[in-house]
Amino acid sequence: MIVVKNLHKSFGKVNAVRGISFEARDGEITGLLGPNGAGKTTTLRMLYSLLPPDEGEIRIDGLDPTHDAMTIKRTLGVVPDGRGLYTRLTARENIRYYGELHGMSKKDIRARTDELAATLDMADFIDRRTEGFSQGQRVKVAIARAMVHQPQTVLLDEPSNGLDVMSTRALRRYILSLKAGGHSVVLSTHIMQEVAALCDRIVIIAQGEIAADGTAQQLLERSRCGTLEDAFVALIGSDEGLLA
Amino acid sequence: MRGLFTVFHKELRENLRDRKAVFNSVLLGPILFPIIFIGLMWFSTSKEMERAEQTLEVPVVGAEHAPNLVRFLEQQGMVVQEAPDNPEELVRSQTAPIVLRIPEAFGEEWTSGRPAVVELIADPSRRESRTPMLRLQSLLNAYAAQIGTMRLQLRGISPNAATPLLVKDVDLSTPQSRGLLLMIFLPYMLMITAFTGGMHVAIDSTAGEKERKSLEPLLINPVPRWQIMSGKMLATIVFGFASLALTLVSFRLALPYMPTGSLGIDLTLRAATVGGILLVVGPVAVLAAAMLTMLATFAKSFREAQSYMSLVILIPMIPSIMFMANPVKPEAWMMPIPMFSQNLLIGEFIRGETVPLEWIGMSIAGTLAIGLVLAAFAATLFNRPRVVFSGS
Repeated sequence: MIVVKNLHKSFGKVNAVRGISFEARDGEITGLLGPNGAGKTTTLRMLYSLLPPDEGEIRIDGLDPTHDAMTIKRTLGVVPDGRGLYTRLTARENIRYYGELHGMSKKDIRARTDELAATLDMADFIDRRTEGFSQGQRVKVAIARAMVHQPQTVLLDEPSNGLDVMSTRALRRYILSLKAGGHSVVLSTHIMQEVAALCDRIVIIAQGEIAADGTAQQLLERSRCGTLEDAFVALIGSDEGLLA
Repeated sequence: MRGLFTVFHKELRENLRDRKAVFNSVLLGPILFPIIFIGLMWFSTSKEMERAEQTLEVPVVGAEHAPNLVRFLEQQGMVVQEAPDNPEELVRSQTAPIVLRIPEAFGEEWTSGRPAVVELIADPSRRESRTPMLRLQSLLNAYAAQIGTMRLQLRGISPNAATPLLVKDVDLSTPQSRGLLLMIFLPYMLMITAFTGGMHVAIDSTAGEKERKSLEPLLINPVPRWQIMSGKMLATIVFGFASLALTLVSFRLALPYMPTGSLGIDLTLRAATVGGILLVVGPVAVLAAAMLTMLATFAKSFREAQSYMSLVILIPMIPSIMFMANPVKPEAWMMPIPMFSQNLLIGEFIRGETVPLEWIGMSIAGTLAIGLVLAAFAATLFNRPRVVFSGS
């Protein structure tokens, strides 16, 4: 469970995040939706304690990332936008590295890796070096790596970027299975269909502020629009940065 | 500390799989440096020998003015060549290394007993004229001494009267210590190796990680950032040290093939010497790793880091070049100075001198202390968001 209150962050004169508040409950998928440059990634970086907020409060399962960074990191699984795999290591070694950094035993890592490889359908490439992997294969490795220590909270930054239809479907199935498992899932995206297909709650961010917050149904009612896309444009007041 | 060693193992494994890293770090120094060193030595000594043994061929202007002198030179094995019209031009254009000119007045000066002038035309700033010049000078001196002795004897004076002083060289150098003259480049090459050895790993594990966008997810793991940084530096140290050790071993194997037998020089690196050198230069690998990692961390990309590195390479050169230009007598106060003390100590080891143990201790402690201070600073760099996110 994540509670964010009145978050602010600026870099020099650029106010990237200006008073963002939202909640992400366990067993729900929360979507941070916004055009490129809206402040989604900065918000996520503050959640996983890489950036200290200038102002405001974050609680993840009751803990504050600025003070309990190490404890929070144990409960977080993060799939960043860049994926960032090590191309000279195999998929399994990439996953093992993170398992070891989490202090897991060799046996646990092996068991968990096999389990994730089965869930994410990675058997074909689990022991291959990740050099030259397709986008779909890379995102699977990045997810497995982030999930190796069974985190309660899962943060995904633009998870379906660059994926083909089949990979996107597999990814969505997996994210829905996390929800079913009672995890708190936050994903940031600028793709409308993704939000519509997955999210229980939608937080629309524009220019570092919350433009709207609620279920898909609530957003439609509030904007008096027929489709989410129209609602989105109506709520943030422009369609800039939305073309996926 | 487990996080530190996890990072260390991963960096080792990853970089050992990178052919570029292995080649740059571990092979370049150990292969290239001995080849350059021995190749150059071999080339220059064999050229030198060749010049010393070659028949001396000298164009002589005005040979007809001093037939006896010319005959003497020919008896000594010199080949007198056709006289050119413009001897200065001949030397300037490097067609002949030297030219001997006997002026017209030679005969008159000779018979009247005044010193007769002969001109040796050469350009001593050209290295290839030095040997023939020295050889001809010694032939001319021999002739002058021979005639001088005869003249004194004719006047009934002992030739010893003209030799009031006889200088005798008492040579205290040993075949080993003479070896140092040839090995003056060794400390410099080793110091460079300690830097180049870890360079690729230092860049790959910091700027490279940033460029591949793997740094951000790495830092989300529950491991203190100083441990992550230290694990990376440890891998850099290991690569630098391995490169250093391999370079020393390959020098030890290659030095016996140096063409030095006839020069009375002993270039063997005894196992104990190799051990001593490693012990003393080892801490430089720590200092190097800290410096390299620090600079590479500030860089946004692999390429930017590489451009900083060419500057870092200058650092080990400064003390070595200072020492080559102005050799000093090793003293205790110099020992804590990093890279300078190593130059002095390696020199002493190669000369076969006994070095006070506290000197070695001071050198190691001084270099390690500065290295660790820099490393401690480098270890905090990942705490700066600006360093982590630059370039993203």
